[in-house]
Amino acid sequence: MRHSKLRPVAALAAGTLFGFGLALSGMLDPVRVQGFLDIFGAWDPSLAFVLGGAVAVAMAGMAWLRRMSRPLLADRFHVPMNSRIDAPLVIGSAIFGLGWGLGGFCPGPALASLSLGLTPTLVFVAFMLAGMIAHDRFLAGRPS
Amino acid sequence: MTSYLVSLLGGALIGLSCAILLILNGRIAGVSGIVGKVVQGIDVWTNAAFVAGLLLGPVVYFAAFHHWPTVTVTASLPLIMLAGLLVGFGSRMGSGCTSGHGVMGLARLSPRSIAAVLTFLASGIAAVALLRGAAL
Repeated sequence: MRHSKLRPVAALAAGTLFGFGLALSGMLDPVRVQGFLDIFGAWDPSLAFVLGGAVAVAMAGMAWLRRMSRPLLADRFHVPMNSRIDAPLVIGSAIFGLGWGLGGFCPGPALASLSLGLTPTLVFVAFMLAGMIAHDRFLAGRPS
Repeated sequence: MTSYLVSLLGGALIGLSCAILLILNGRIAGVSGIVGKVVQGIDVWTNAAFVAGLLLGPVVYFAAFHHWPTVTVTASLPLIMLAGLLVGFGSRMGSGCTSGHGVMGLARLSPRSIAAVLTFLASGIAAVALLRGAAL
């Protein structure tokens, strides 16, 4: 395995940048996330700017990737090739969205805001992990 | 207006993080997938390092700006518990969340991710409309 010792360092750097970006963007705040989803009320469009900025830069990364034969620190790219829109994808995403709207948290911001030491985020992350483990037990053996 | 620019900049940094993880490690920056791998014990060091970085990000923010980012939780604790279960279960079942499908999936123009994003936006909008209607 190429450069396997460097991969955690790269992951730590990428994670830190991700967490900092979330903090800067205002998306750690569940009220703003719910404000974005509140299209029938006082709509707050900021999340669209966050997503737009992120997708634009990630697309540039994708364009760069297409010129590479393999990643700098690994043997190959692990990019999903499946393009079938199936029931688990749609049902799972619908369940995820319900929870996202009810709490105003998705996994990234929930984990990043653990650093603030607030009880509701701790509780959210504990139940999120329980939900993940419940899924993996229920539908074990399914490639994720 | 400046708040939108700051959001755009924060988003761009998130996109940069995704590009770095892909170009260096060859991996999609999908937070639910990465956490799932830590739980399942797959490539633990690398995946746990990304999660540790996520937590470190707001600390760097505090070091730079001398205040913590705003986190205002209005939901009651039982609602938070329900939301956590749904987010955990749903993101694993749907093979991704706002990062894997929302950022990387859209950047890859993946049909699966586009379907996932439209679905969770719709159910998220429905959940918030429900909350506002029921005044929970």
